[in-house]
Amino acid sequence: MSKNNSYLSNYFHRNGRALGSIGYFVLLMVIFLIGAPEAWIRPNLHQSVFVMMPTLIFLTIPLVFLVASGEIDLSFASTYAVAAYIFALLVKNGVDPAICLVLGIFTGAAIGALVGTLIVVFRLSSLVASLGVLFLLRGVILLLSNSRSITIMEVENHWIYPLLVGNFYGFPMQIFWAAIFVIFCYYFFNKHVFGIHIQHVGDNSVSAEQMGINVNAVKIKAFMFVGVGAAIGGIFTTMITYTFFPTQGFGYLLLALAAVFVGGTPYWGGLGTIIGAVFGVGIIAYMEIGIIAIGWSGEWRQFFNGLIILLALLGHRLHGERVR
Amino acid sequence: MENIIELDNVTKRFGGITALNKASLKVTRGEVVGLIGDNGAGKSTLIKTLVGVYSPDEGDILIRGKKVNAWNALKARESGIETVFQDRALTPQQSIVKNIFMGKELRYPFGFIKEKEQIFEANRLIREIGFTSKLINAESPVGNLSGGERQGVAIARAIYNKAELIVLDEPTNNLSLNETQKVFDFVLNVKKSNRSVLFIGHNIYHVYDISDRFVILDRGEVVHQLNKNDVSTPEELMKIMRETIKAH
Repeated sequence: MSKNNSYLSNYFHRNGRALGSIGYFVLLMVIFLIGAPEAWIRPNLHQSVFVMMPTLIFLTIPLVFLVASGEIDLSFASTYAVAAYIFALLVKNGVDPAICLVLGIFTGAAIGALVGTLIVVFRLSSLVASLGVLFLLRGVILLLSNSRSITIMEVENHWIYPLLVGNFYGFPMQIFWAAIFVIFCYYFFNKHVFGIHIQHVGDNSVSAEQMGINVNAVKIKAFMFVGVGAAIGGIFTTMITYTFFPTQGFGYLLLALAAVFVGGTPYWGGLGTIIGAVFGVGIIAYMEIGIIAIGWSGEWRQFFNGLIILLALLGHRLHGERVR
Repeated sequence: MENIIELDNVTKRFGGITALNKASLKVTRGEVVGLIGDNGAGKSTLIKTLVGVYSPDEGDILIRGKKVNAWNALKARESGIETVFQDRALTPQQSIVKNIFMGKELRYPFGFIKEKEQIFEANRLIREIGFTSKLINAESPVGNLSGGERQGVAIARAIYNKAELIVLDEPTNNLSLNETQKVFDFVLNVKKSNRSVLFIGHNIYHVYDISDRFVILDRGEVVHQLNKNDVSTPEELMKIMRETIKAH
């Protein structure tokens, strides 16, 4: 009996937060189903969600790693545009899009490394410093691009287009890539030294350091991963729309952050859930698209996003305080 | 006897403060060394330098007679030095098994973790340490444990890694009599297997009981070293310590 109890309580310790966000997701679906059954049954509602979800997943899941490491990053919303700009500019200049893709992702990693190093080495507040970088990079993009967008219709004729964002029996290819990304990240976070070290560092960085974990290196790598995710998201979106535009990514800033916290990852570090974050993304994406689809006015969207964030925080509280 | 580790004239400064001043210390195989000194004598700095949390500003660190450069905590652990820190160095939101293997996870190629093997080993260690509550297993979070049990997790880490030198920083602080006895038994077991212990304590009776040799530290300097044979009671050790510090 007691043995069962301990397994049950350990199970909830590990999975309770993810289960919470799954619960919210189910609740949301039920509300939509009751509120507007005919809209909910139409496939195009879910199709639009499926188009939006992959981008949000590429942005949100790496943020889970970073938040679990005890840091936060806002600059990813601009990194997204920088990587997309590099990609679009090079494609426009005749460089092979596959190479542009690699260079774009590399740019994201490099920006993440710079932001991370800046924050870790100078011991800056990651919230404020990354807010600075968010504006700084956006400024750089606006200056470099002269606030002009770049259209890259030619990318459609390259083999990476159908592979990455093409159509597979009615499903956009990016869904499969996002799914692979999620599975990879799940193992990376829970079963790999990188993820485990992130959790130790975010939980108690002094302990981690005493046990020989290179705390700074772990944190910088987490920032780099966020940069990579942002770059993938930015480049995918640019390919889907054939257009880079200089303000792109800004709209995802708050949505991705909301998805992390709604997804059950607490803000204080040491804990995180990849599965929860996927449902967090689902909640945010359905909220963005579903509210309109069921015929309510767009104004309700922000209202419900706010409500769900507060509910998620209350959920954290019910799940328990941070143990020390 | 082989020196497991040797600190040779090690100096460590923080800003303008010299926390360690040309401190020299060696630990040979199979001995229990007790490090004593007042609050602020530099015990903590000495330990953290010895186990690589701090790197020395001057002086050398020798492992089995060989000088080591760029000393850090990972190198210390790879050299067979495990530390039970005063704060236990645990991550309370993580499971016992993750804490036991923190920084030295059992890995497959490419850094994936041998989770089943770790859980098996952790459950074995928990039983060996003598966790009595059936509610606790390897996957329970450390935050649910009592002070003594947390100490047990920190010690389990040192046991698993079969360290040649185990550094115990104030290991009996806040422990019950029963738990303190467990720590003593642990030290004696380590000694019996011809490995070494460096024992730091406030409680001079504890240090006296367990150590073969005493090192007295004052204001960042090693001021006196003596063997157990040189003193007959803890009171005498206390007296020698006071006199040495007064004369320093």
